[in-house]
Amino acid sequence: MNWVAWKMLNGDPVKYLGTVFGVGFGVLLIAQQCSIFVGIILRTANPIADVREAQIWVMDPYLQNADEIKPLSDSDLYRIRGVEGVDWAVKIYKGLARAKIETGNFRQVILMGVDDQSLIGAPVKMIEGDIRDLKRPDAIVMDQYGYKYLWPNEPFQVGREVEMNDRRAVIVGICDVSAPFQSFPVVFTRYSQAVQFVASERQQLSFVVAAPRQGYQVDEVCRLINEQTRSIGEKSGLIAMPYREFVWINIKYYLENTGIPVNFGITITLGFIVGTAIAGQTFYLFTIENLKQFGALKAMGVTNWGIVGMICLQASVVGVIGLSIGLGLTALFFVATTRLLPDLRGLHLMWEIAGGTCLAVTLIICLASALSLRKVLTLEPAVVFR
Amino acid sequence: MNTLLMPESSINTQSPLKVGVACVKLVKEFGDGANRNRVLHELDIDFYSNQLTLLVGPSGCGKTTLISIIAGLLFPTSGDVELFGTPQSRLKGGKLVRFRAQNVGFVFQQYNLLPALTATENVCVPLLIQGVPRSKALIKAKEMLDRVGLATRAGAYPRELSGGQQQRVAIARALVHEPRLLVCDEPTAALDGNSGRTVMQLIREVSVQPGRVVIVVTHDSRVYSYGDRMIEMSDGRVTNISNSPSSSMTDSQVISQFKSKETH
Repeated sequence: MNWVAWKMLNGDPVKYLGTVFGVGFGVLLIAQQCSIFVGIILRTANPIADVREAQIWVMDPYLQNADEIKPLSDSDLYRIRGVEGVDWAVKIYKGLARAKIETGNFRQVILMGVDDQSLIGAPVKMIEGDIRDLKRPDAIVMDQYGYKYLWPNEPFQVGREVEMNDRRAVIVGICDVSAPFQSFPVVFTRYSQAVQFVASERQQLSFVVAAPRQGYQVDEVCRLINEQTRSIGEKSGLIAMPYREFVWINIKYYLENTGIPVNFGITITLGFIVGTAIAGQTFYLFTIENLKQFGALKAMGVTNWGIVGMICLQASVVGVIGLSIGLGLTALFFVATTRLLPDLRGLHLMWEIAGGTCLAVTLIICLASALSLRKVLTLEPAVVFR
Repeated sequence: MNTLLMPESSINTQSPLKVGVACVKLVKEFGDGANRNRVLHELDIDFYSNQLTLLVGPSGCGKTTLISIIAGLLFPTSGDVELFGTPQSRLKGGKLVRFRAQNVGFVFQQYNLLPALTATENVCVPLLIQGVPRSKALIKAKEMLDRVGLATRAGAYPRELSGGQQQRVAIARALVHEPRLLVCDEPTAALDGNSGRTVMQLIREVSVQPGRVVIVVTHDSRVYSYGDRMIEMSDGRVTNISNSPSSSMTDSQVISQFKSKETH
């Protein structure tokens, strides 16, 4: 009877496409909204994740996220370097500065100061110029979208100058970095240069990033740093953590202290409800419209289990095709929009979301099938005579 | 099982008639308490094989309820139906469904063809229900369509067929698995006079055969002449059972002859 179920499903192309695209649209709503939410939340940790060499991040223990920094003293770097198990440790500056261009236009920029000698923390992917040029006086490297913010519709040009804190900065390269949470240009320079591009403070060291010596685990070195830099009797000193933990601290902070999860939660919930309504209702109605046919089949001797099998097959086909269409459209949406709209760069359909959507749609289809099955199974075959 | 000789059957006078379906003190009630409504009142009726039995009566007299019980689609409140020697009360759940799949063919007033299937595919459905491989079922369905004169429309969908043609497909579907009981509910009600007569002629020709009980519920006096026997019902009771007149008589003659041959 599977063949009959299949023919019943696609016998009316308009109804069939309506059902399949109904499910597809539901999937699109769920997957797209979830992807944007997760993508935006992950952006909060992108500046950390982009420093790929750093396995250990050391900071003030009261720090809540990477954008609210309590600076460390320069001597902290040497304390960390002195901890057993630390292979290397370098300074990182992260802060905001104001970049002014020749026309007088200006933008707030995210300023990243990387280690002067090793350039640890510098961008990996260069579009124009050479990262080694960062060692030249007043040199900065700007991300490509930041450059486009400052000079819209102009080609990349190395050698252009900007002014930060009344100091000249020369663009020696254009790089590609992960999109930050704020839509600000990202500027990389040496640590010693970075502290001159911002207003002077007594302490300016944002983070120390480090790596474990061979034979030591990251967690173990973090513990050693914490023990050896802790002040006695009070919570002060330093705290070290693996970079993944620091990423999660950032994400957690934004989830707990901003309206993002509530706003997106509402949107995702609405997407889920609308998706459920569309996907579930179209399939439910499809079965209900065929009630008389199922009644005739029951009268002719199809068992209830046979009917269950037929509806399950139809549900599976609708679910799989609808899911494929929905996920395909979601992927297409991100491919199209991230090329056209720089603000949406980095947002994409993650496999975890695709899997979650798959589960959600399975649940929706099962629910719709169960509801329609109830109708079909309780249907008296004698209905065919009425 | 009883074996009876029908005295005045117009067509099947040569062979002895066997009771195929016997209703024994059949009662059916709907509702509970004060709303209880008795639809069938202790009916004792026999239906013979190799005969076309017409079940007639006004709307609401219990005809459809009776054939629903005979076909195993409804359960009686009390009493039993003996189907080819097997008491229906012994057939429970899956057994009854299997029995129905193997032994009962249905022709409905509104055809109830699956719109997504072609005529051939519709006809092969009862065979598929029994587990016959699709290729074999399709061959047999084509043969059956040929018998009802629709070989040339085998690939047509129900929406492409006239009402009469759809009912012929439904007849082919009802007979393709060679059931022992054929139940037709108002098969001509949705058809014009000519199509109705063609359909009844077809039911008469291809379905009536030894070992098969054919029951046709109808309001349509124009097709009375196609029956071997007519059972009249009123208010849940059998009011009259008569043998068939000649099929060459006019409608009014047929009715009056049925009336004059009361055997009840």
